[in-house]
Amino acid sequence: MTAAYEANVVLASKTYDVIGTRPIRHDGADKVTGRAKYGADFQTADLLYAKILRSPHSHARIKSIDTSRAETFPGIRAVVTAQDWPVGSGGEGPIQLGELTTDLKYLRDNIMASDKVLFKGHPIAGVAAINAHVAEEALNLIEVEYDVLPAVLTAPEAMQQGAPLIQEDLKTEEFGEKIDKASNVAEHFQHKQGDLDQGFAEADIVVEREFDTATVHQGYIEPHNCTVQWNKDGRLHVWNSTQGPFEVRDATAKVLGLSASEIKLTPMEIGGGFGGKFEPYGEPIAALLSRKTGKPVKVVMTRMEEFESTGPTSGAHLKLKMGATKDGQITAAYAHLAYEAGAYPGSPVSAGAMCVFAAYDISNIVIDGFDVLVNKTKSAAYRAPGATQAAMATETVVDELAEQIGLDPIELRLRNAAREGTRRADGVVFPRIGCVEVLQAMKDHPHYKEPLTGPNRGRGVAVGYWMNGGNQSSVNISIHSDGTINLIEGSPDIGGSRASISMQAAEVLGIAAEDVHPAVVDTDSIGSTGGTGGSSVTFKAGWAAHEAAHDVKRQMIERAAIIWEVSSDSVELHKGTFKSKTDPGLSMTFKELAAQLDETGGPIMGRGTVNPSGAGGAYAGNIVDVEVDPETGKVDILRFTVIQDAGKAIHPSYVEGQMQGGSVQGIGWALNEEYFMDDVGRMTNSTLLDYRMPIALDLPMIDTVIVEVANPGHPFGVRGVGEVNIASPPAAIANAIYKAQGIRMNVLPMNPAAIMEAIWRQQK
Amino acid sequence: MPTKTHVQTKINGESVEFLCEPRQSLLECLRDILQLTGTKEGCNDGNCGACTVNLDGRIVDSCLVLGVETQDKEITTIEGVASPDGLHPIQQAFLENAALQCGICTPGFIVASKALLEAEPNPSEERIRFWLAGNLCRCTGYDKIVRAVMDAAGQMEAK
Repeated sequence: MTAAYEANVVLASKTYDVIGTRPIRHDGADKVTGRAKYGADFQTADLLYAKILRSPHSHARIKSIDTSRAETFPGIRAVVTAQDWPVGSGGEGPIQLGELTTDLKYLRDNIMASDKVLFKGHPIAGVAAINAHVAEEALNLIEVEYDVLPAVLTAPEAMQQGAPLIQEDLKTEEFGEKIDKASNVAEHFQHKQGDLDQGFAEADIVVEREFDTATVHQGYIEPHNCTVQWNKDGRLHVWNSTQGPFEVRDATAKVLGLSASEIKLTPMEIGGGFGGKFEPYGEPIAALLSRKTGKPVKVVMTRMEEFESTGPTSGAHLKLKMGATKDGQITAAYAHLAYEAGAYPGSPVSAGAMCVFAAYDISNIVIDGFDVLVNKTKSAAYRAPGATQAAMATETVVDELAEQIGLDPIELRLRNAAREGTRRADGVVFPRIGCVEVLQAMKDHPHYKEPLTGPNRGRGVAVGYWMNGGNQSSVNISIHSDGTINLIEGSPDIGGSRASISMQAAEVLGIAAEDVHPAVVDTDSIGSTGGTGGSSVTFKAGWAAHEAAHDVKRQMIERAAIIWEVSSDSVELHKGTFKSKTDPGLSMTFKELAAQLDETGGPIMGRGTVNPSGAGGAYAGNIVDVEVDPETGKVDILRFTVIQDAGKAIHPSYVEGQMQGGSVQGIGWALNEEYFMDDVGRMTNSTLLDYRMPIALDLPMIDTVIVEVANPGHPFGVRGVGEVNIASPPAAIANAIYKAQGIRMNVLPMNPAAIMEAIWRQQK
Repeated sequence: MPTKTHVQTKINGESVEFLCEPRQSLLECLRDILQLTGTKEGCNDGNCGACTVNLDGRIVDSCLVLGVETQDKEITTIEGVASPDGLHPIQQAFLENAALQCGICTPGFIVASKALLEAEPNPSEERIRFWLAGNLCRCTGYDKIVRAVMDAAGQMEAK
């Protein structure tokens, strides 16, 4: 090697003054000193604490609920059940929550059950008391009688003829139309291109495999929380930790029969979400309790409630068949994707179908997708929802194709890689994308070139795809007389986005990132802003900041023109200095001009609102080395590299952070994490001891390469960076395990038991 | 309603008195009674480390300690790590190395890292990973946290 190895590399395509640098984040000091206020830290006078009674059964009819003993328990202030929902609330109709769509009736029933409980942990009643201990004690005094029904726990089971029906009136939507048949399949859709039979006829090699992946949780460290005050003027004030202030506000309003403007939601700092914090759980219950008591009511979930009653992502059953010619052209691909939705429709199977073959240019494809109800808690979004299950299947099958053809696995992928103009199976034709560049960077990486030695060791590769999202966003900028600016936005900052948004405004204005003071404000104080999800914030709110900064720039140029008594057309802003295009004597810094706003017309505010559609899809890939202990089945990650197309990395440190964090969530999904269910649908590992997420000692450093293929749909070329990095790690690890032990894994997690079973099967 | 107990203890160098129920954990006492909300709750059963505090020189999960057990003890929470002069080198290193994303686990990691560097001023990567094994972070994948602690060790040694 000629140069020293660099653990974190940025393959920059274009350089800027502020963008691409690594300033200290604006909210950093608050967060390293414990001063930042998260939702559960919120305190106010007269506060009551609520606890939720939850179903012990995964499927049962509620015969009766008797709350009378709880209501008279000392210290109890109110009890609510589904009887307390406002009459007429919760009408039908779809509602958008983050990346997923749900039906309002289902949303309300999920928050508090009325006639049936559909999963263990399903809320039945809420109790408000003078403290949380008293509330918890009173839960034991609520008497509920159930008729226990048989539970259905996996997609294949739920799809069988005669399976117990979870939603008795649910009719399958088949190819876009409701059919007159009740079943647990909420939807069956199909994407089709080319001629599948012809494609397989052209193939020399065909690989067909089935996969099962377990339910997994986002595992954010901060539990859901909220405090709600139903004011005497009829308005509701909510303080909580959420990814989607506007989404949760709107959904809460709908289930309570209020208009959105009757709720003010103040997003506190948020301790992780990964897609899981878009839905209201405690908010409407706390609201009903607040209305009854006239006092603010706080709900903080326990970790067990987090596992059992929030939205993990789907377990899935997948069948995949792919064919290729001897010279390495993939000619046909079929996928059957059955994803568990949980108790209500809305699994991420449609997104999974968009991703399953999106890394490849294949002429002949059929994809069947099934959204399947089971007696588990309703699924929610989790980082590139649906993509990881799909990539586990596709990328291990492609690995087998490469092996049978005798081609390097990256080379086979490169020969078939999706590029500009490739049609995704659901119809989208790709604009400029970075699939080839990511694969090439993987191939060129020192990690891929260096030999791996030692027994029981293997190296695997895989790639993943995610669409990324847009959505509306609003930013206001005001200017201080010292030349610093306030930037007001509505996207909860879950991982450094105050910095990445501020830097885009600073770039336009030619000022330092440190001269921007960003603030995330409540829903009354900023225009509508879609939530922090879909890898959208740096893309959309950054764009709104770009627009707001241009608005400021235009107005400041007018002020400079007034001072200089010239036409504003003759003034420009270059690297933070206003200049005359014609008279080199006329020049003023941003700060100098900011000090003269008073006398030239008063304050300046810049405004930026966008609803961009040009989100750039992104690819990421991994090179991973593992060692598999053939005696115990334990898999150790020896070395791990993640390569990802960021479009443009605004703050590279936080882009690397997303890549590393997503990779490690993928490692956890690959090796350890699962909802371990007993045969009647009770989760038996609902603690962070037994639901084993990766700890520091499990891991090596996670090396990164940021590839920059500018997104033509954004002023600075930004693609989303949050999600795609979780998609490929399980498949890359599976491929590495194959190299280490000669076993093809088709389940997640690939825990020691699964590895040993595969080794023993192979030895037979 | 249980009778409250009077507790006298030392928190972040200051003598503190409070009343708590015997069933209340130190975490609850810090957060709900004393408004020291920098110490976070992630699981309330000793498995995530978000509530890590230093108790008489040892790092503990404050959710597993009862408030009444802290009579006559010395406690350091995240609020006691920075000095009036500025941030502790570990806090500064966390900022410079982008070692936090959502920040909910950060107080626990900083309190634990401080105890590590007081015990072992120049730890290896392996020792850092071992010492921080009781603290869960779901955002970072630990890479930048480990680098921040190495960086802080270097900064503190240079002083």
